[in-house]
Amino acid sequence: MSTPSKSLWFDAYKRLKKNRAALYSGVFILLLCGVAIFARVLSPYSFDDQNMDQILTTPSLAHWLGTDDLGRDLLSRLIYGAQMSMSVGIFTAIFSLAMGVVYGALAGWVGGRIDAVMMRFVDILDSIPTLVLLILVKILFDSVNVFMHPELRALVGVLMALSIFGWIMLARVVRGQVMQVKQLLYVEAAHALGAKNLPMLFKHVLPNIMGPIVVVLTFQIPSNIMFESFLSFIGLGLQPPYSSWGVLANAGWKTIKTYPHLIIAPGLALFLTMLAFNLLGDGLRDAVDPKSK
Amino acid sequence: MKEFAKNFTKKVVGPAAVIAFLISIVVSFAGFEIPSAVIYVDAGLIVGFFALYTITEGLGAYVLRRLGQTVFVIWVIATLTFVLLRIIPGGPFDQEKALAPEIKQAIEAKYGLNDPLALQYWHYISGAATGHLGYSYKYVGREVSEIVSESFPVSFQLGMFAMVLSFLIGIPAGVFAASHHNTWKDSLTMIGAISSVSLPSFLVAAIMITIFCFGLDWLPVALWDGPSYYILPVVVLGLRPAAIIARLTRASVLEVIQSDFIRTARAKGLAEQIILYKHVLKNSLIPVITFAGPMAAELLSGAFIVEHIFNIPGMGKHFIQSVTNRDYPLVIGVTLVFATLLVFANLIVDILYTYFDPRIKLS
Repeated sequence: MSTPSKSLWFDAYKRLKKNRAALYSGVFILLLCGVAIFARVLSPYSFDDQNMDQILTTPSLAHWLGTDDLGRDLLSRLIYGAQMSMSVGIFTAIFSLAMGVVYGALAGWVGGRIDAVMMRFVDILDSIPTLVLLILVKILFDSVNVFMHPELRALVGVLMALSIFGWIMLARVVRGQVMQVKQLLYVEAAHALGAKNLPMLFKHVLPNIMGPIVVVLTFQIPSNIMFESFLSFIGLGLQPPYSSWGVLANAGWKTIKTYPHLIIAPGLALFLTMLAFNLLGDGLRDAVDPKSK
Repeated sequence: MKEFAKNFTKKVVGPAAVIAFLISIVVSFAGFEIPSAVIYVDAGLIVGFFALYTITEGLGAYVLRRLGQTVFVIWVIATLTFVLLRIIPGGPFDQEKALAPEIKQAIEAKYGLNDPLALQYWHYISGAATGHLGYSYKYVGREVSEIVSESFPVSFQLGMFAMVLSFLIGIPAGVFAASHHNTWKDSLTMIGAISSVSLPSFLVAAIMITIFCFGLDWLPVALWDGPSYYILPVVVLGLRPAAIIARLTRASVLEVIQSDFIRTARAKGLAEQIILYKHVLKNSLIPVITFAGPMAAELLSGAFIVEHIFNIPGMGKHFIQSVTNRDYPLVIGVTLVFATLLVFANLIVDILYTYFDPRIKLS
C-alpha cells in the first residue's frame, strides 16, 4: 500500500479549502480574534474615556464612527465589545464542551437506567425556553456569588448562565455518537483484549467523535454570543461601563430616533460575526461528514 | 367502520381544524376581535382531531404516558423554580429605603412568606394545580393567573402570525431554491436565508423602524392595537424561522427529487410543476414538520426580544419586567406557562409525525 495515510482532519481541511465562503469566514473570525486580543493597542481610545465636549457626534476624523451620549468613542467601544462578546462566547462554549462531553459520554457509555435518568433531566431542562432558563440561572448566580461590584457580578452571572444552558445540546450529540461508536467492532475488539472502560472511552471512543463535536461547538459559540447580546440588550446581561455588542445595542436603542447609527453599528458587527460563524459551521459540517450534505 | 373513522378523522376533521384555525388567524390579523364562540369551535376542532386521531390510530397508551410525563416535567420545573426563588437571599420587599419592621412583617404575613417552607410549598403546588399562581408582588391585589391570561392571547397572536408568515415565506423560498439548484437563483436565496439566520432581531427592528416609522411614517413604532401595529413585530419575529424553514425545505426537496418515484413520475411525462408541487413537496415536508417543535421554542424566546422592542403587552414583556422588579410569583407563573406550552408543542409535533409519515410508529 503506497497511498499515504490521511487523517480525518487532513481530509476535512482539504474539503473545507474548496468552500470559499467557509474559508473566508474562518479568516474573518481569526482577524476578529486578533482585534479582540489586541483591543488595547488597536482602539484609539479606551472603552470608558469620556469626552464631554464631543457628545453624540457624527463620524469624523477624530472619531471614525462618532461618539455616544457620554462622549465615548463608538469605534473603541465596538472593538472592546468584540473582546467581551468573543471571550464570553468562546469561554462559555469551552465550559459547556467540558460539561457536555463528560455528561453525554457517561450517559451513552453506561447506558441503561442511568442513561434514562440522565437524559430525562436533560429533557426537563430542554422544556424551558432558552431565554427563560438563562434568566433564571442568572438570577440564581447573581444572588449567590461573592463579587462586590455589580458589573462583575453581572458578568459572572452571564458566563454561568450561558455555560449551563450550552451543555445540553453537546450532551445530546455526544451521547448519540458514543452510543453509535460503542457498538463498532473495534471497540468490541478492544474489550476482548481486556481494555479498561474509562481509558478506552478517552483513547478510542472520544477521538472518533471529535468531528460532530467540533461542528456543534462552531454553532455553539455564535449562539452564545447572540444570547449574551440579547440578555444585555434587554438589560438583564452585562452592565455598562463594560462594553459588549449587546450593551452597546441597549444604549443605542434609547437614541434610535435621532442617532440610529449607535444601534446599527453594534448590530452590524454582531451580524457579520454570526454570518461568519454560520458559514464556517456549515462548511465544517460538510467537510467533516461529507455524507450529510 | 374502522377505516371510515380513520379516514373521516384524517380527511375531514383534520383539514377542517386547520382551515378554521387559519381563517381565525387571518381574521384576527385583519384586526377583528374573534368572538369567543369561534375560539371554542376552533379549540374544539383541534382537540377533537387529536382525540379522534389518537383513538383511531391506537395511540391512546402512548399519549396517556406522554401526558403523565408532561405532568411530571411541569411538577419538577415548578419545584425547581420554587426552590430557586426561595434560596435567593434578599426578599422582594427589601428596598433601598428600609420599611418599618412592623410593616414588613405585615406584608410578609400577607403573602405567606413567614409560613414554614413546607407549607409554602404545599400552598404553591396545590394552587398551581388549580390554576392559582398567587398574587403579584408588584401589581398589588392582582393575581398572577389574571395577568397571564390577559397577556397570553397577545403573545399567542404574535407567535401564530409569525409562524404562519415563516411557513408562507420559508417553504416557497426553499422549493424555489431547490428547483433552481446550482444556479444564481439558488445561491441568492440561500445567501438571503443564511443572512436572515444571522441577523440579530434588534438590528432588523432598528433598520425597519428607522425606515418605516421614522423615515416614511407608514407604521407605528410600538404597541399592539391593530393590523398596522402587527406588521413590524411579526416580520421581525418570523424572519429567522422563515430562513431556517427555507434551508430545511431546500435540503429536503433536493433529496426527494433524486428518489425513484420522482424519476417514475418524470418518465410518465408529468408536468414538472405538478411533480414539484404535488409529489416532491408533499414528501419533503416531514423534516419541516420536525422543526415545528424547536420552532415553538424559538418563537417563545424570540418573542421576548420582540415584545421588549415593540413594547407589546405579552408574556415576554411581563417576564422581563417581573425579573427586574423581583416579582417572583409572576416570574414563576410565566415560566410555568412557557414550559407547559413547549412540552405540549413537542407532544403535538410527535403525534403529527405519524400523520405525515405513516412509516413512523410511536411506542
